[in-house]
Amino acid sequence: MAKRNKEELIGGEFDTKRAREILEFMVLTRAFEENAEEMFALGKVHGTMHPSVGQEALAGGASTALKKGDYLLNTHRGHGHFLVWGGDLNRMMAEFLGKEAGYCRGRGGSMHIADVESNNLGSQGIVGGNMPLSVGVGLSIKMRKTDQVVLALFGDGSTNEGAFHESLNMASIWNLPVVYFCENNQYGMSMAFNRAFNIDQISTRSVSYGIPGITIDGNDVVEVHKAVREAAERARKGEGPTLIEAVTYRYRGHSKSDRQLYRTRDEVKEAMKKDPIMRFAKLLQIEDKELEDMRLKAKEKIKKAVEFAEACPEPDVATIMEGVYA
Amino acid sequence: MREISYMEAVREAIRQAMKEDERVFVIGEDIGVYGGAFGVTAGLVDEFGPERIIDTPISEAGIAGACVGSAVTGMRPIGEIQFSDFVVIAMDQIVMQGAKMRYMFGGKVEVPFVMRLASGSGTGAAAQHSESLENWFVHIPGLKVVMPSSPYDAKGLLLSSIEENNPVMFFEHKLLYKTKGPVPEEMYKIPLGKSHIVREGKHLTIIATSIMVMRAQKAAEELAKEGIEVEIIDPRTLKPLELEPIVNSVIKTGKALIVHEAVKTGGFGGELSASIMESEAFGYLDAPVIRLAGLDCPIPYNRTLEYHTVPQIENIVEEARKLVKGVY
Repeated sequence: MAKRNKEELIGGEFDTKRAREILEFMVLTRAFEENAEEMFALGKVHGTMHPSVGQEALAGGASTALKKGDYLLNTHRGHGHFLVWGGDLNRMMAEFLGKEAGYCRGRGGSMHIADVESNNLGSQGIVGGNMPLSVGVGLSIKMRKTDQVVLALFGDGSTNEGAFHESLNMASIWNLPVVYFCENNQYGMSMAFNRAFNIDQISTRSVSYGIPGITIDGNDVVEVHKAVREAAERARKGEGPTLIEAVTYRYRGHSKSDRQLYRTRDEVKEAMKKDPIMRFAKLLQIEDKELEDMRLKAKEKIKKAVEFAEACPEPDVATIMEGVYA
Repeated sequence: MREISYMEAVREAIRQAMKEDERVFVIGEDIGVYGGAFGVTAGLVDEFGPERIIDTPISEAGIAGACVGSAVTGMRPIGEIQFSDFVVIAMDQIVMQGAKMRYMFGGKVEVPFVMRLASGSGTGAAAQHSESLENWFVHIPGLKVVMPSSPYDAKGLLLSSIEENNPVMFFEHKLLYKTKGPVPEEMYKIPLGKSHIVREGKHLTIIATSIMVMRAQKAAEELAKEGIEVEIIDPRTLKPLELEPIVNSVIKTGKALIVHEAVKTGGFGGELSASIMESEAFGYLDAPVIRLAGLDCPIPYNRTLEYHTVPQIENIVEEARKLVKGVY
């Protein structure tokens, strides 16, 4: 196969330089989470975290399709989106280690990391918790008459919370600039998609709200990017919300304490054949050696971030009450 | 007597109740093959099948509604709220429907469900997975609120709760799940509304709930070395509350220290303190009734901050010492 012409857009979505950056983000996200798993195993961190390993194309495609100034509502499985949105690796690692230098001063941790300065409104630990927030943020954009858009992320599980229904209906009747991006990774904790739903595609629920709905391959960066870019364009033009269902697969357990008794190893192995990083690297004609170099570089970055974070001071206990009120 | 964990005690109560009464079933998130987020229901789906150990989608309002609706039509459901924090999503069904239905309908309907909730901090799970919300429910007429502090109490109180003809909010503390203690193999019931004198003493009364009972016991051992004899009372059920043993104890000691994990403002300690003040114990008080409780702060992620957000053994020792010495 001939090498790509540099000017050619990948799938009509982004140039090779940008595509490569996106791949680097995906590789970095995986390195971050693999390192986090190791740190848990070594007892260096407490609490829990929710790895997105296998789902990297979601952040790679979706969070890159928005513009500076747009808003992000993240989920508890949101390390990738956080990084792609512009998160600084050092401060992110500091938050993960509960340090004062972290994005949330060590109060939030992996599950609640936010960077409000970049309109990244943080991740929620309550399933469906950010859906009604999307209505508020969308309403605010409309009232302030800006051309911003909200990217509201949520999993398959949260679409069975009542909040999903209320939110999509309100966003629809008020024509709010929200991109509803459902990361269907096949499991709500242990609940398999086919046990929790009597429909084949979550996107068909859009019919109930009178908004466009689409189901896409969530492991294909280009397809994800295209769907989110188009939905964002619609939203920006005042044409209202869209429901996108990106189908992917969660390689790891729900959280670090998940023994995964509800699925087989074969099922996971089969899903790994559609690995988003491998697929995107192949599309970009990146050789194995080059990809391996990218991985090593990412690991090196992570190592430096860990060194930075470990050297950061703990929050002062005397400041414990700071931030409860203005 | 054999010793089992708090978690096993809860599971054994569920198993025995299900064997005895086919109307009893369990409904919640990830309670089947997964065995519950903390492992409480592990193995029960193999024993009773998915029709009686019912995995739900992530739909807390639906779980609570399924409990209320099936309870009023002849079943005896046990709902599980995976982390007690998630009960916020189920509040309408519990507070507006479940708690009020009997009264609104002139007492003509029974609402016999138990809602089990995994509660408390100390696991590094931060602000949305660590709260202690029990007192919200104490405020609601029609609900009973139970907080077992030991494996023995967990089993006996859960069996009574399942037998109750009223909605019961059953708060289990996550850090207690692995603690062990003597538990009889047979079924036994600890009546709701009976306080438990955990330790006798004459200098100070500590009224503690849930995990704070264990911490108060350890604090009492420390204090005993200094000659301070602490009496510890565990109300076990916050509603209905049996006040008499608490009042009698305060009459004896003249001093009361209330310890709970939930935030101090609006917490159960205020209610308890007022109840002591309104009782005949008032005239016997040598010191103000003191509350030692969680800070008025969401639970932080950082391990050290989290530790300092709720009362620990050393805090109880310090407060008790101050109170006995007349420093407050």
